Amino acid sequence: MKTVLTQLRRELRLSFRHAADTVAVLLFFLLAVSLFPLGLGPEAQLLGRLAPGAIWIAALLAALLPLDRLFGADFEDGSLDLLLLQGVPATLLALVKAVAHWLSTGLPLLVAAGPAAIMLRMPSGQVGLLLASLLPGTMLLSLLGTVGAALVIGARRGGVLLPLLVLPLAAPVLIFGTAAAGAAATGIAARPALLLLGAYLCLCLPLCPVAAGAAARAAAE
Amino acid sequence: MLQGSDLAAFRGDRLIFEGVSFSLSPGGALVLEGENGAGKTSLLRLLAGFLPLAAGQLFWEGADAFADRVAHGRRIGWLGHQDAIKPGLSVAENLDPWNHAGKAAPAVALAAVGLADFAEVPGRMLSAGQRRRVAICRLLLADAPLWLLDEPTTALDRASITRLGRLLAAHRAQGGLVIAATHLDLPLPDAARLTLG
Repeated sequence: MKTVLTQLRRELRLSFRHAADTVAVLLFFLLAVSLFPLGLGPEAQLLGRLAPGAIWIAALLAALLPLDRLFGADFEDGSLDLLLLQGVPATLLALVKAVAHWLSTGLPLLVAAGPAAIMLRMPSGQVGLLLASLLPGTMLLSLLGTVGAALVIGARRGGVLLPLLVLPLAAPVLIFGTAAAGAAATGIAARPALLLLGAYLCLCLPLCPVAAGAAARAAAE
Repeated sequence: MLQGSDLAAFRGDRLIFEGVSFSLSPGGALVLEGENGAGKTSLLRLLAGFLPLAAGQLFWEGADAFADRVAHGRRIGWLGHQDAIKPGLSVAENLDPWNHAGKAAPAVALAAVGLADFAEVPGRMLSAGQRRRVAICRLLLADAPLWLLDEPTTALDRASITRLGRLLAAHRAQGGLVIAATHLDLPLPDAARLTLG
């Protein structure tokens, strides 16, 4: 347990030192969101209706950006070998990576999503629901992303391969997430979509670290 | 106490070595020799549990070493051919996550490799030899009985090699084991030799 916390502290210290990475993710997210009014015109009603989907897609793509460094940096400098010899199961190490990714990417995106939604003229009553869907959503993206990141360790064009692996797995997240966030506009109840997101999270929380840990072990061969 | 009997390993489809046997008692040292590509690094990775065993068995104190792979990892002090130094972290921060030997240990370990004043220096400012010495520090902090060293003297100057020799001797005096792959003469007196290939 102590080792797990030590490794989490190491991950957070590294992402704090490389804060430019988090800033880049946020800037990408805000830029991508602000492209929608430019492409679709400034009409408030249209933007407000598209806002949940636009923000969800921008968040999904932004969360992919730092993934290739998640294991890649440790693999290239030899730290991955040391990590695997710490007397901690690889599954737990992968969970640490996922938590670190969420804290350094998912959480900042969640914070930025509110202002971005208001910028897209989303009715302020619906912003809470958007954030409620993004909370489990970003956690899911971190878990699924960790699997993708572990699978492409050592691959020649890992950065290109990653979205191809992660985006299909993230499709259900996007579907239920936007269904919950846009519930007020479409007239469908938000609760079932949120519950399905929660169910997917309950499924991924144990499975993704196991898969990512096994992939990291295989990469160390 | 480490004993390998009839070990073999594949790398992809290629059999790298087979029939490798050795036995090390507490305080023992083994030097792996062989040409480039003979499988020295692969044997070290196999002993660490990274590379699967194709044949044979590895015993730690009489029991199957890989019965619990996670616990086996904690027995190992690993010095790979990469130094695993993060350029953005200071030397002390680079050592901190791998420290199993207590709060005061990093300062003592840094002094032992002649880097006593380097704790706050960022990793990116270190020379190749200094990076290697920080990686050697990590061995001292691992608090592990079995040291696996891949070309430990790479980039080290003469004084640092002498220091490394003293550290290896101290580790062995406490009953620790050392297995090192090298082309060069290591300061490991009366070490057993195993030639691969």
